[in-house]
Amino acid sequence: MGNVSAPVEVEPTLTPDEITQTAKPWVTIVWNDPVNLMSYVTYVFQKYFGYSKKKAEKLMMEVHEDGKSVVSAGTREEMERDVQAMHEYGLWATMDKQE
Amino acid sequence: MSGFHRHRRSKLIIANFTGFEADLLRSLAGQLVELLRNEAAVPRDDVDPFEAMMDFSGPTQAPEDPVLARLFPTAYPSDEEAASEFRRFTEGALRDGKAAAAIAIIDGLEEAGLPPELTEDGLMIDVELDGPTAETWMRSFTDLRLALATRLEIEEGDEAYWHSLPDDDPRAQAHDIYEWVGYLQETLVHALSS
Repeated sequence: MGNVSAPVEVEPTLTPDEITQTAKPWVTIVWNDPVNLMSYVTYVFQKYFGYSKKKAEKLMMEVHEDGKSVVSAGTREEMERDVQAMHEYGLWATMDKQE
Repeated sequence: MSGFHRHRRSKLIIANFTGFEADLLRSLAGQLVELLRNEAAVPRDDVDPFEAMMDFSGPTQAPEDPVLARLFPTAYPSDEEAASEFRRFTEGALRDGKAAAAIAIIDGLEEAGLPPELTEDGLMIDVELDGPTAETWMRSFTDLRLALATRLEIEEGDEAYWHSLPDDDPRAQAHDIYEWVGYLQETLVHALSS
């Protein structure tokens, strides 16, 4: 039995996915509601996030069919800005930590 | 009633309303402004009373009125403290923005010739909006539709129920107005996208 040394700090090895998650730990989620028009939701995703029509339509369909969609990811401050912007547009948005 | 479209040469977004339609739109926008301004900020009970009195930054709890609760959703559903903070820093500005957008509709209609009291028959109101103003109207149409839908308790896929109501049912009439604002918004989205 030798000396008990102080625990060694192990440098965590992160996979590329985990690194992305660390950089973008929060997400903005838009939820389905029975009111907002599909065309309007698509328009907002294009206009505010600068997404292509194709990407905006895909996210809109996720909201419509799955009940919700993750529309952006980033720091907590960035996501608070996005959620506030979605509320300005009347979309039902919340934020959460990246799963 | 033909909704909005983009004028080919001027590039402005234009629409023609009867006096009755314009008056109805003004009245809806006016009610929204009143609602946004009327409900006092919910008093905070989480701080020292003096500190609370000196803090005018904004409410921390979800509004009691269901329309306002829908217009200002809770941003952090599972973190009450963070949700309160978010609300305190955003709800005031959101309320002001939504009220200003509804007022832009009222002003636009009146500038286009809608008198304070509609008395004249056969009056037509021609509205011409630049891009940013049209977008403000489009956003406010969402707020108006959310307000009407919340009051009517509209749910996903319930169109058949609404259309089965007799024409003289006030709820059916309110639903017709909801659909009409939806039609206006749909044409406005298309005009802005074109």
